Amino acid sequence: MTIHDITTSRRGFLAGAGLVIGVAIAPKFLSAAPTGVPAGGAAELKPMNAFVKIGTDDTVTVLSKHIEFGQGPFTGLATLVAEELDADWSQMRAVHSPTDNKIYANLAFGLQGTGGSSSIANAYEQMRKAGATARAMLIAAAAEEWSVPAAEITVEKGRLKHAGSSRESGFGAFADKAATQTVPQDPKLKDPKDFVLIGTDLPKLDTVGKTNGTAIFTLDITPEGLLTAIVAHPKHFGATVKSFDDSEARKVRGVVDVKQIPQGIAVYADNTFSALKGRDALKVEWDLAKAETRSSAELAAEYVRHFNEPGLEAANTGNVDEAFRQDGLQTVEAEIVFPFLAHAPMEPLDAVFIKATDGSVDIYNGAQFPGFDQQVAAEILKLDEAKVRVNTQLAGGSFGRKAQFGSPYMQEAAMVYAAVGGDRPLKHMWTREDDIQGGFYRPMYAHKMRGAIDAEGRITAWEQVIVGQSIMAKADLDSTSVEGASNLPYRIPNLKVTSHNVTLPIPPLWWRSVGHTHTGFAVETFVDELLARVGRDPVEGRLALLDKESRHAGVLRKAAEMADWGSTPPEGRARGVAVVESFGSFVAQVAEVSVGADGAPRVHKVWCAVDCGVAVNPNIIKAQMEGGIGYGLGAVLFDAITLGKGGRIMQSNFHDYRSIRINEMPDVAVEIIKSVESPTGVGEPGVPPVGPAVANAWRKLTNAPVRQLPIVSLISA
Amino acid sequence: MVTFTLNGKERSFDGDPDTPLLWVIRDFEKLTGTKYGCGVAQCGACTVHLDGMPRRSCITPIATIDGSDVVTIEGISGKEAQAVQTAWTGLDVPQCGYCQSGQIMSAVALLQMVPKPTDDEIDGAMTGNLCRCATYHRIRAAIHNAANSMEG
Amino acid sequence: MKIKLLFSGVAAHCLIVGAGILLAPAVVAQNTNSLRSAESFQSIADERARSLALFEEAGKVIQHPRCVNCHPATERPLQGMSMHPHQPPVFRGDGGMGLVGMQCNTCHSEQNTPVVGQADTLKSIPGNPAWHLAPIEMAWEGKTLGQICVQLKDPKRNGDKTMDEIVEHMAKDDLVGWGWQPGDGREPVPGTQEEFGKIIRAWVDTGAVCPSG
Repeated sequence: MTIHDITTSRRGFLAGAGLVIGVAIAPKFLSAAPTGVPAGGAAELKPMNAFVKIGTDDTVTVLSKHIEFGQGPFTGLATLVAEELDADWSQMRAVHSPTDNKIYANLAFGLQGTGGSSSIANAYEQMRKAGATARAMLIAAAAEEWSVPAAEITVEKGRLKHAGSSRESGFGAFADKAATQTVPQDPKLKDPKDFVLIGTDLPKLDTVGKTNGTAIFTLDITPEGLLTAIVAHPKHFGATVKSFDDSEARKVRGVVDVKQIPQGIAVYADNTFSALKGRDALKVEWDLAKAETRSSAELAAEYVRHFNEPGLEAANTGNVDEAFRQDGLQTVEAEIVFPFLAHAPMEPLDAVFIKATDGSVDIYNGAQFPGFDQQVAAEILKLDEAKVRVNTQLAGGSFGRKAQFGSPYMQEAAMVYAAVGGDRPLKHMWTREDDIQGGFYRPMYAHKMRGAIDAEGRITAWEQVIVGQSIMAKADLDSTSVEGASNLPYRIPNLKVTSHNVTLPIPPLWWRSVGHTHTGFAVETFVDELLARVGRDPVEGRLALLDKESRHAGVLRKAAEMADWGSTPPEGRARGVAVVESFGSFVAQVAEVSVGADGAPRVHKVWCAVDCGVAVNPNIIKAQMEGGIGYGLGAVLFDAITLGKGGRIMQSNFHDYRSIRINEMPDVAVEIIKSVESPTGVGEPGVPPVGPAVANAWRKLTNAPVRQLPIVSLISA
Repeated sequence: MVTFTLNGKERSFDGDPDTPLLWVIRDFEKLTGTKYGCGVAQCGACTVHLDGMPRRSCITPIATIDGSDVVTIEGISGKEAQAVQTAWTGLDVPQCGYCQSGQIMSAVALLQMVPKPTDDEIDGAMTGNLCRCATYHRIRAAIHNAANSMEG
Repeated sequence: MKIKLLFSGVAAHCLIVGAGILLAPAVVAQNTNSLRSAESFQSIADERARSLALFEEAGKVIQHPRCVNCHPATERPLQGMSMHPHQPPVFRGDGGMGLVGMQCNTCHSEQNTPVVGQADTLKSIPGNPAWHLAPIEMAWEGKTLGQICVQLKDPKRNGDKTMDEIVEHMAKDDLVGWGWQPGDGREPVPGTQEEFGKIIRAWVDTGAVCPSG
C-alpha cells in the first residue's frame, strides 16, 4: 500500500456506490488496565457492534479505529454515530478501538491505520451505519420490553419513546437487551437534509481532559516497577556501533542495565532522569563506514545535476519540447531546493510494554498503524500476534511521523524490551534530540521549472523536473514525489513533469501533506511568477486557467473575497495567494505579509477558504486549517534539517530547529464552502498553500522570488 | 533530602539531587499532566508555578527548590485558573493536547499578574510555549475571553 | 554577506541561529583565552598609548559575546558565540528582567544549571542571582570599542558611576564575573576577573583613554 494507493482507493471508495461497508460485531479482546490508563466509568458498557457500546448509565462510547492526535477523529466519528443513533451529544464518549486489521481497517487502506487525511472520508458511511445499527437494536429491545411494534418507537436526543403508551426511556435501560438483538445488516441511513448533528460545531470530546492534565498519553503510563529505557543513537545516518564503554553509565544511581541493540546502546533505569544521565555517561565509538558523509550542500549539488538527464515521466501532454522551440517566446526558469524537515511532534516517540501473567504483552503507544506495530513486536518478542495487544493511546501529534510501514520505531522499542527480558514493565522513550536527529524526514527535493509565454501573453508550456528520495522506496515513478505537479490544475496545453529518485541512507517519510509540501510551493510560486511576467493579476490570472465551475476556482474566489483582494493592502504590506488541492480537499489562502523588524517575513493575516465536501464538524475543520497554516508557515519560514561537513546532523532540539511561536502566528480567518460532496480530509490540506502564498507576497515586497527554503536562510545568505 | 510543597501537600525527595523537578513530578509523584517536550527550556510543556511564578521544571534541579511551593496543572485553582480552563474548553483550544498543560500554566500566571493583557502582553508571556499543532490563534482568543470573563 | 547591503543595522544579522557573525568582536587577539597582565603594559612608555593599549586588551573581554549578548542594542538578548537572538524569544521588560510571564527566572536560576542527556549544543542553562539585561543605554552590541569606551565613561550611560565605581563593577560584580564561569558548553571570556579588574584599574589610572572611532 502506498499513499498513492491510499488516494486512489479512497477515491474509488468514495465513488464506489453500492460498496458494502461492514459493521462487524465486537471482537473479543482482553482488556488490561494498568496504572495510568483511563478505564471507563463505573457503568457496564454493552457492545452493539464493533464500534458502539451503550452504557447502563446511558453513555454511548464510540470505538475510534483512528488514532486521536489532535485532528479530531474521536469527535468526528462520534458525530457520525450519534447522528444516526439520534443520541444526545452530551452522552457521547470516544476511546481508541483495539487493534484489528480487518474489523478496524481503514476502508481506504485495507488495514487499520490513520493517514492521508482519510479518517472521516473512509468512515463516513461505516460509522453512520454503526450508529443506525445500534439504534435499530435499541428499538428492537424496547419493542420487546414494551410489547409494542418497533415501527412505533421513535428516538430523539438519546430518548426512546412510544407515544401510544406514553412510555419513554434512555438507552441504558435497554443496553443489555439490545446487545443480544440480531444485528441488522442494512439499516436505513438518514437523508442528509435531516441531519441534526452533522454540520454543527459540536464541542470536542477530548477537550476537557486536555485542559486539566488528566488526558493520558503514552508517556504518562507509569505502572509500578516501570523501567525506563533511552537509547544512544549516532549523529550520522547509517552509522553503527563500533565499540562502547558503559562502565561510567552503570555507576549512575538508578541505572539498571545497558544493552547493545542494532539501533544503538540502550540504557535501562529506574526513572527517566537516571536513564538520561546514564546515556550521557556512555562512551560510544561509531563506525561511519556505511554512513552518509555528504553535507546538505553537497547533496543539493548532486540533485541539480539530474535536471538535464531524462527522468521518470509523470505527465506529458501536448509537446513541450516543440512548444519551447516556438518563436517569440518569453521563457521563465526557476530552480528551488527544499530542505529535509523533521515532523517534531510535541510528544517524542515512546511506547510502554507490560507483560501479563500468561506471558502475553500489552503495548501502549501512539499507534498510527497499530497492525504493523503488532506484527513487528510479535516477531521481535517471539510471540503469536494474538499475544501482543497494541493499545492505541492519545498521541502528542504526529504530522506523519508515526505512520510507518514496517514500524521502524516499534522495531527499536521492541528490541529494547526484548534485550532486557524480565518481567518489569518498560517504557522506551526518545528525547527531543532522538526525534530531531531520528530521520524519517520530509525528504530534500530539488525542482526545476521552465515556462513558456507566447507573444499574446499565454502560458503555452510548463516543464517541471523533481529530484528527491522516493518515500515509497520505488525504483520507478513515485506518485508521492510528483502529486500536485503531475496533475497541474491549470490549463496549459503543453505539460511535462518528470522525476528522479535519489537513494540516501537518510530514511524518508511523509510529512503533513506529503508531496504537496514541495509541489504546492513550486507550482504556486511559479504560476504566480508567470502571471506576473504577463501582467496578470494572481487571482484573475489563475481563474482564467481554471474551469469556472471547478472547486479550485470556488475556493480561490472565496479566499479572494474574504481578503478583499482588489483593495490596497496597508502601507508596507503585500498579499500573496495560492490554491492547492490535496487529499481531495481544496484550499485557497491569501497571506498578508510585511518585512519584519528583523528582516524576515512578518505574516499578519491569512484568509483561508476550504472545500472538503460535507462539513461534518466546522469547528474541527477550522481548527485544522488554523493549525495547518501555522505548521506550514513555521516550516517555510524557519525550518531545515541540514547535514554539515562530514554528514553530521546539525540540528538537535527546538533551539536550532525552530517551531513557529505565538508571536509569529498570523491572524487566521477560515470559511468553509457549502457542499454536498462526500466529505474529504482536513488534517493535511491546510498546509500546502500557506508557503507559496507567503512567498508570492514576499516576491512583491522584495522583487526577489523565493528559490530556497526556509525563507530566513535567504536573509542570512 | 529536599522538601517542598506540591499542590498544597508537603513532599520530600531523597533521590539524585540533580533530578529535574519535571521528573520528580512525573516519575516519583506520578502527576503526569506536566509534560516533557524538549528538556532544555525551549518548549514550555513542563511549565509549573514555582512560588507563584511560571517556571520550566525540566531545567530546575530538585535540589534548588528546597522549601518552595510547586503547583502543577493538577493543582491550579482560583478565578484565573477557572477562567482560563473555561475559556479553553469554550473555544476547543487543544488539538493533540500535549502542550496544553504548559500553555494553561503560562496563561494562568499571566492573568494573575496582568488581568487584562494586550496582544503584545500575551505574546510576551506565551512565546516560551510551543504548540506544534499551532493552536496559537485560539490560545490568544481564549486568554482574551478568560480576561473578559473575570471582569464581569 | 549580502545582508549588509540589504538590511543595514543590527537587526538583520540576528535572524538565524548560526548565521554568519557580522558584528562579531572586532578585536579577537591571537590568544583569546588569556589576558596580558596589567603590569606587562608598563613597557609602553607613553601613558596615553599605554592607556589605549590597556583598554584594547580589556576589549577582549568587553567585546566577547559572553558580555555583549546581555548588552544588546535591541529589546532582545543574544546567545552563543554567533550572537544570534535568544531562543525562545525573550525581551527586556522592567529592569531588564524580562516580560511579565516570561521573566528571566522562568528558566534561569541563581547558578548555572547543567542540562543532562539532551542537546550537545546546549550543555547548561546559565544562571546568576542577578541574571538580567544591561539597560539599553549601556548597549554594546554593534558598537566599536571606542564607542563603548566613551559610553563607559559617560555617567548618563554608565549607571551614573564614577570611574572608581566602574573599576569596582568590572573587578568585583558577580554578574560580570559570570563571564569567566559561564557554565558547561560555553567559552569563558579571557583571563580572570581579577586580571580584568587590574587592567581596568590601570586604564583608569592612566587617564582612561579611549580608542578613536
